[in-house]
Amino acid sequence: MAAPSLTPSKAGPPRTPAPRRTETPPGGGRFTLALRRHLTAHAFLIGAVLCFAVFSWYPMIREFFLAFQSTENGRTVWVGLDNFTTVINDPAFWQAWRNTLWFTVLALLLGFVVPFVLALVINEFRHGQGYLRLLVYLPVMLPPVAAVLLFQYLYDPGYGLLNELLGLLHLPEQQWLQDADIAMVSLVIASTWMNMGGATLIYLAALKNIPGELYEAAELDGAGLLRKIWHVTVPQTRLVLSLMLLMQIIATMQVFVEPFLLTGGAGPEGSTTTVVHLIYQYAFNFNDYGAAAALGLMLLVLLAGFSAAYVRLSRTEDA
Amino acid sequence: MSTRTLISPAQLARPRGKRLYRAVFALVTGGFTLAFLGPLYWLISSGFKDAQEVIRTPPTLVPESFTPGNYSQAWDVMDLSTLLLNTLYYAFGALAFQLVLDVAAAYSLSRLRPLFGKAILGMMLATLMIPATVLVVPQYLTVLDVPVVERNLLNTPWAIWLPSVTNAFNIFLLKRFFDSVPKELLDAAAMDGASPLRVLWSIVLPISRPVLGVVSIFAVVGVWKDFLWPMLTLPDPAKQTLNVGIYSLSNGVPVNVLIAALTIASLPALIIFLIFQRNIMSGLTAGSLKG
Repeated sequence: MAAPSLTPSKAGPPRTPAPRRTETPPGGGRFTLALRRHLTAHAFLIGAVLCFAVFSWYPMIREFFLAFQSTENGRTVWVGLDNFTTVINDPAFWQAWRNTLWFTVLALLLGFVVPFVLALVINEFRHGQGYLRLLVYLPVMLPPVAAVLLFQYLYDPGYGLLNELLGLLHLPEQQWLQDADIAMVSLVIASTWMNMGGATLIYLAALKNIPGELYEAAELDGAGLLRKIWHVTVPQTRLVLSLMLLMQIIATMQVFVEPFLLTGGAGPEGSTTTVVHLIYQYAFNFNDYGAAAALGLMLLVLLAGFSAAYVRLSRTEDA
Repeated sequence: MSTRTLISPAQLARPRGKRLYRAVFALVTGGFTLAFLGPLYWLISSGFKDAQEVIRTPPTLVPESFTPGNYSQAWDVMDLSTLLLNTLYYAFGALAFQLVLDVAAAYSLSRLRPLFGKAILGMMLATLMIPATVLVVPQYLTVLDVPVVERNLLNTPWAIWLPSVTNAFNIFLLKRFFDSVPKELLDAAAMDGASPLRVLWSIVLPISRPVLGVVSIFAVVGVWKDFLWPMLTLPDPAKQTLNVGIYSLSNGVPVNVLIAALTIASLPALIIFLIFQRNIMSGLTAGSLKG
């Protein structure tokens, strides 16, 4: 059996149809086959890759450039760390970080702990679970602007329903969104109402995966309710809990919509200015893209640690 | 319910356990109904009140001045039909782009083993590490002047559709599902001379219905709920989304009309949710963690 062509083949398939029975095509044929295969594969890939290149990878690189550049009168110059010093010396800088951390702590207390406890309780119910899951997930489907403006109506100091309810209970009325001390708490309540459905459903799903024998074994050892939770439920759901914790930290550190819509962003005495709102202001109110990018990089570096931990943890789930 | 949970059936069967169970059940069910249906009832009912009643103290539980006209006024004044159609246009356009481009990419990365495929997948997944809000500024500048083609996409649907394709999470979900398709099935088809496109269309996609459902829900809900990005890239009032349009008009209309508008804006999602609740809830929980 002589090979059809000993000379390196020209581009394109050989003219004479090679016998199909040939087990391994000779060098040139294998090369064109491989080339064809790669071209086909990349044809499938190209659309998404182009979108990523233009709208993800290029902006990522640009973010780094912007942070060290300044554009004045249409001329872009390198300014070293100037943008960073501008941002750090902004009186709102530390306040924005404090507010963001405060929001995150409150949001975790309400949005991380409460859904888990609720999921624990709901999971014990012999009926009505579908109804409760439906209820807790309803707000997640609302357009966020509708949910937030509804809360603005409920929080209104003059005619809001919440103050009316406090009055019925003989509690002092609150200036929910106008009082610098509690504005952030009000934001967290609204935000939790809007978003806790997802976490609750995920915890419920995780609880259903715990083998019942584990509880039976714990009972044989004489474990009470709290010890069963601590020694069976928590270890069995630890991975889900850690993933949700990281995810919520990453999401709440980027809070923007709630303060932007409920308190106009800054809020009373700047008490609800968040880091992302500050980025927004630099970029779109003051056209200072350098400062926005510099602050953005700081947030990125801070959250990168949490993201890396998340990716690593979700990998262990595969193993 | 036969699965064994935290509290043993024996404990629940005792009289004390039964009473405690009923008390907790009533408390939680009642609390949930108040906490989650209460605000929605308040939203819908306040939309029927006239301008005085809606800000009256103490408020009325049932509207006395029944004015359904608020709803038609909101529909006209805030041009809700346009906003609603815009949002659906953007959402389903984004869905189409993601289904075609992301499915093709995930299939290629999973099955066609392209040159540098691993590196490309890695670079896509790396975007998940970047906080979305940090990228908004450079992405916005990119949309103003897209490199190479030098086009300004502001106020065009492309500003929503094309960036929505860069959804590394969806690509990852799809790729993982495609990875799990039995190799023999695909090899058999390839033996019979089916092209990669044919294999994708006739074999992979039909058995990928669950993951396609999850990805579709993510795609549509993502656009439906987004606020900052459409606010920046679609400033033209005639092209705005529901979220942005209502926000920008919220200060100029009376309270009762605004509330009627919020009700109208909420209804489509609530109705769709009530119809497809099982798929949406299981899809979102399955997709968001197994990722």
